[in-house]
Amino acid sequence: MVKYPERLDRTFAALVDPTRRAMLARLEREGSASVSELARPFAIKLPAVMKHLDVRDGARLITRSKVGRTVTVRLSPGPMREAMDWLRRYERFWSASLDRLAAYAESKEAEMREKDR
Amino acid sequence: MTSLTLIRRIAARRSIVFDALTTPEGIACWWGPDDGPVLLAETDLRVGGRFRVRFRMLDGSEHESSGEYLEVVRPERLAMSWRWAGGEEDPGESLVEIELRAIAEGTELTFTHSQLANEETRRSHEEGWNGALDKLERHFLTSANGGRHDQA
Repeated sequence: MVKYPERLDRTFAALVDPTRRAMLARLEREGSASVSELARPFAIKLPAVMKHLDVRDGARLITRSKVGRTVTVRLSPGPMREAMDWLRRYERFWSASLDRLAAYAESKEAEMREKDR
Repeated sequence: MTSLTLIRRIAARRSIVFDALTTPEGIACWWGPDDGPVLLAETDLRVGGRFRVRFRMLDGSEHESSGEYLEVVRPERLAMSWRWAGGEEDPGESLVEIELRAIAEGTELTFTHSQLANEETRRSHEEGWNGALDKLERHFLTSANGGRHDQA
């Protein structure tokens, strides 16, 4: 089994590329698409699309199924959710903490000025 | 690699903000995601020194994180490694960096929490660096020898 931090690294690596993100956004909108449909908006050849899909497959962001000659790609949201959870968890923690830190420092500053007067 | 960046403008001078970030008395007043209490705060504020903070949330759960100070430049910069005890929230080690910039109204705080590359990537980076340093060392040794030859 792939360890959690390693999995997150792969997820973020897969999301860095704008072409991969655009494909992902499309899958999110439409649920599924064939590989050639995914290639159409981009000026890239099928093998290049397959390469992008391999990166995402490695990060387990998508699943592929083949019927006849058509390969259908679907989004598998697990790893992406994990990455977003990481960010959200820390954002909640630090956002609240830093708000209180600011309030505390400002009260200390006020105290100091009071003393100086 | 993923990271979270937050910016706060604080109406207090930098030294006050820095001390609030790094002293146990300061930490006890703000650390944690809700208004639950800080139960323990220890800081050994020097490069290589460690911190440990334990807090209780309003739902009763207790959490503890600790790490090592990597950079301590009062009042402008602080960097520390970060790990949760138990590790159920996030088993990996991460990096916290804080910049304090003096502005007209006091301090602008830029906070970044980044996930570190996993052990394997880190190792390969290290090997890469050590390899590069070895090469550099060889290069200088060679040119030093060359210099001596020229003089001889």
